[in-house]
Order: sequence, then C-alpha cells, then structure tokens
Amino acid sequence: MTGADPSQARTRTQARDALLDALFPGGHALMVDAAGAVSGHATTAGGIAVGLVGIADGMPVGIDAALSMAETVLAHVERGGDTPLLVLVDTASQVMARRDELLGLNDYLAHLCQCLALASFRGHRTIGILHGAAAAGAFIATALSTDRLVAVPGAAPSVMDLPSIARVTKLPLDRLERMAASTPIFAPGLDPLAATGAVHERWTDPARYAASLDAMLAADMPVRDGLMQDGLVRDGRDALGEERGGRRQARAVAGRVIADATARG
Amino acid sequence: MSAVASCRAASWLEASARARVAGLLDQGSFVEFLGPEQRAMSPHLRQFDLPRAFDDGVVVGRGLLGGVRVFVAAQEGRFMGGTFGEVSGAKIVGLLRAARDRAAPSPPDAVLLLLDTGGVRLQEANAGELAVSEIIRAIAELRHAGLPVIALVGGRAGAFGGGGIIAACCTALVISQHGRTSVSGPEVIETNKGVEEFDSKDRALVWRITGGRTRILSGAADRYVRDEIAAFRDAAIALAGLTPPPFACETLRAAQTRLVARRERNGACRDATELWAGDGIDEPDQVPDLTEDAFIALLSARSAQHDRR
Amino acid sequence: MESFTLTHPAATPLAGAGRQAIVGVVASGNLEVLAERTAQPDLCVVEISTAADGFGEIWRAVILDFVERAAPGGVRFSINDGGARPDTVLLRLMQAARALQDATN
Repeated sequence: MTGADPSQARTRTQARDALLDALFPGGHALMVDAAGAVSGHATTAGGIAVGLVGIADGMPVGIDAALSMAETVLAHVERGGDTPLLVLVDTASQVMARRDELLGLNDYLAHLCQCLALASFRGHRTIGILHGAAAAGAFIATALSTDRLVAVPGAAPSVMDLPSIARVTKLPLDRLERMAASTPIFAPGLDPLAATGAVHERWTDPARYAASLDAMLAADMPVRDGLMQDGLVRDGRDALGEERGGRRQARAVAGRVIADATARG
Repeated sequence: MSAVASCRAASWLEASARARVAGLLDQGSFVEFLGPEQRAMSPHLRQFDLPRAFDDGVVVGRGLLGGVRVFVAAQEGRFMGGTFGEVSGAKIVGLLRAARDRAAPSPPDAVLLLLDTGGVRLQEANAGELAVSEIIRAIAELRHAGLPVIALVGGRAGAFGGGGIIAACCTALVISQHGRTSVSGPEVIETNKGVEEFDSKDRALVWRITGGRTRILSGAADRYVRDEIAAFRDAAIALAGLTPPPFACETLRAAQTRLVARRERNGACRDATELWAGDGIDEPDQVPDLTEDAFIALLSARSAQHDRR
Repeated sequence: MESFTLTHPAATPLAGAGRQAIVGVVASGNLEVLAERTAQPDLCVVEISTAADGFGEIWRAVILDFVERAAPGGVRFSINDGGARPDTVLLRLMQAARALQDATN
C-alpha cells in the first residue's frame, strides 16, 4: 500500500516506469487514479498497439478501483477491433472494510472478472503482467482473470499469508512453514502458484521483455496451444498445473465429471 | 406426507447438500456424476490430520427442474466450511465445462449452483483459488452461450470469498434471510482492521452488512425466498425459464451503470439501516426484525427499484 | 488419523435391492457412512477412517452391536468420521442400512 512514505512511493513509481520502458520501447502513456487503478495505452517494440489497465502501487482493490478498471476494460471493448489488453498488477488483497462489503464488493469484483472475460471473447487477447503482490479476491479479479499471466521480478502472489492460514487452520506457524517447503498446494509465493498453473510464463531479463511480449502476441498462443474453440480462448490452467506437478488431480477430476456427464447426461 | 414432500417443506438452512438437491429437483430425477462411490477425495487433507469426505463436500449431477433439464452443483457447508479445494473445485469446473460443451446426450438448459461456502480451502489454497478462477471463467462462457446460471444461497456458510464473487457472476441470485454474500469474512476484517471496523461477534451487525435482506434491498440479489426448499425451488423454476441478457457490451455497460449508481446512492453508508433510511423505508431499524410475511410485503411494494438485471 | 477394517459374519443378507446409499456428513462430532452391496452375502465389512485416534475397542463394540441389530449381510460400510460419539455412530449405521434397503438405484 502507498503509505505516507514518499521515498517508497517514488521507488515504486520508478520501478513501474522501468518495467513499462522495458515492455514498450515504442512508447507508453499511463494514468493512475486515486484508488490505484491504471489506464493507458502503449506500443510494443514490434509496433503493436495495446491498451493498458490494472492496479498499481500495491493498492488493495475495493469498489472504486474495481469500477475504474471495469470502465477502462469496457471502453476498450466498446471501441471495437482486437487490440490486446495488458493488465498490470501490483496490488494487495481486496479492500477490507464494512463500507465496501455493505455495498456488495463481490458484485464489483465479479463485474471486473466478467468485463475481462468479455474482452477476451471479443478477440482482445488479455495478458496479465504481475510485477508486485496480489492476494485473495484482488488476485482473482485482476491477474487471474486474464488469458495469459506473466510474472516478472517483484511478483509475489499469494492466496493468503501463512500467519492467517495458521490462525484459520489452528496449526502452529512453524509446522505450516515446514509443510509449505515440501508441498506447493497451499504455500504463498510465485513458485507454488506457478506450479498450480496460475502463471503461464516467467520473464526474468528486462532486456528481453519487449521481444517476449511481441513473441507472445505474434504466436497467437491460444491457437498454438489448442485452446481456441468456437472463437473463445479456453482455460488450460488445470492441464498446466498437472504438467508442472503442482495440481495433480484437478484436470483429471474435471475430466471424470465431463466423462460421466457425457455417458449418463 | 411423502418423503419428497417433507423434504420440500424442510428448512434449506438445516438441510444437507444432498437433501437440498433432492428437494429442489423433480422427484427422483437426480443423477449424480462422480458420486461418493468413486471416492474422489481430497489428496491434501490427510497431511493436516483432517478427515476426508467421499464426495469432497460437493455433489454434482443432472436432473429436471419443473421439467427443464438442469445441471446442478451443491456444496456441503458443514464439511470443511463448504470450501473450494482441488477436488471439490474441479468437480464444479467439470460440470460447468460439460454444460458449456453440450457434451451430454441431453444437454442442460440451465445450471444451478447451490453455494454454501466460506471460500477457498486454506489447506489447499492455491488449488482452491485457481478453481474459483476457473469457475468464474466457465460461468462467463456459459453466459456467452446464453444459458441461465442460477446461484442459490441460504446455507450456514453463506457465500464468502471466492464463493461471493461466483454468486455475483451468475445470471441470477436467489437468497434467503439466512443467506450471506461477501468477499472478506467479518472475522478476517476484524483481524486485519480492528473490532471498531467490524465486530464479527455482533451477529445482528454481520447480517445487516452481508445478509439476505440487505442484499435483496440493495439490488445485489434477484429473488428473496423463505427458508424452505420449496421456496428455493419455485424461485429457481421461475428464473430457469427466463432468457438471460446476452453476454455483450450493452449488458455489462448496464451493469456498470447500476454499480456506479449503487455507489453514488449508498457509498457513504456505514450500516444497512442508513442505506434503508436513504431508500425511504419507514422504521429502517425494524427491518431485520420484521416477520418473513412483513418483509416480503415490504419487498413487493418496492419491486421496481431493484438494480439487478 | 486412524484407519481400520472390521469384518463380521452376518447370517442374513440385508433386505432390498438398492446398490448404494450415503448418510451423514463429515463434521466435528459427526460422520458419513457409505453403504454399498459389495461384500460377500454372509459378511458385513466396515471400513473406518477416523479423526479420533485410540478408540478401536469402542468401534469394535459399536459395530458388533450394529451387526446384531441390522443383520447387514453383503454390505460394505465405509465411514469417514469426524470424531462422533458411539451413539451417533450407531444411529448413522442404522440409517445407512435403512437407506440402502429403501434405495432404488
């Protein structure tokens, strides 16, 4: 979260600018509103125009940021065409406040999820760039609602931190830490989440971000991966989780339900 | 009284996931997919010394609802809080994808989600979070295909965390007085922000912020029903017969406009009673204590004001 | 967690033709029982998986009582237990036997 520490905020802004420069040597224009919501546009090294949306500065996603991001996505889709949409993610958890829950924060996060799905269905490839933290519902409504998620250095995704998991499960923290080292299924962090299929690619060298992005856009990955059906990008994350060994049963279980539905439906 | 008749008069809140499915659907029409005899259990709970369930707390299958073919998924809120784990989540994902792909010989005309969940199962948090995201994506695909996806919420666990987001992704939400929808649970908010922000032990407050009466009055739910399986069934039958709005720019633009208006109208409120006073309800403090008859009468007098599709 | 299997001779096969039934729920102080007609007709098999360790003798006594009351020959009962009391276990087993008799699957 952007606290009162201006030097920290400055560092964050500089890091974001460096990321954008590395991704878009062709130029970029970006605005961040008071809730941390990002909007803008950019051009890739290969000359492809893309729209920008997202959440910055580690701000938690509440009613205001969700509405702002949804507006940016909707306007992008309403302009037509097939311009890709990059979703820049550096957030926290969702806003935890009575006011937001009273207003129905779940409706606002769901709306953002669905605007991003609509963009994808309308031919705008959605690519998430995770360069900071993301947790719980804010993770679901931003980074996890894209067709492809890329992690770059700084990415620190989690569902919930270990102390909170310890509180809910009533297990000692040291035991959880030991378990987390050997099983990716509940451990916070990029490695375990990538293993479950949440993250498609990890880019580590800023000098190659621009080329990697153009390659991703040029390869038409959904088609390459056999995930394009009826004009829609299909969700292949459970297969990825199985292949990487971080989520060994999900794809098979879903497949058994589909087989049963096919045989006995 | 036949077994099914007594099932339908029964309380939704008190019923098990299986009893809800049996009472909701046309008598004897339910066929389960990947049933408990298949023993698709969590591969993760044992390392936490926790008992498993033969269905991992989720029942999925097909049936008839007032003669309409439906697919149905029901969470058992008493097992691990109805949470989304690797297996329980993947069962719902598989059901939604089967509906989407029209794989079955008689594909469904609607999908029912009987949510009763505290959200992601923290013992398998990463798999649960991904399952929630996959379910959200699959619901969008079903909406794109024009299928009604109806959420029913009235169990003890409510629909929290990812479950709250999933409920809001559906084409319609049916809720009872006992139903709650929210993202962060009251305990989580209290732990992170302090008891003065949200006192999770104040049950009346919890229901005023997240409960079914608040949700229906603010337009966050489509139907309010009594805590009876039969009432959920009647509402589901009515909603399954409606054609949902197309999953298109206009529909999501209208949702954006509604959600902006809701923030403008209620954004300064700290408690539901302020919200109801602003909406012109007489004696807003009394709303939580109204009898079901009185509350339903209040609703029918205001039916034009709902902001949901 | 503890798992064990108890097998008892049962003179009569359980009545009815249903193939399987499930009752109860896995929760604190509660249990689920899955009944399947997959044992030899003259045997009753009970597979127990329980969160409460060290109650093997009590399980043996409850299962013996149940087999004498219900004569559930040919049935395999599989239990996931969340630490239920013996009277709750007996109740659920009786419910499961009854549900299997009445089942039409």
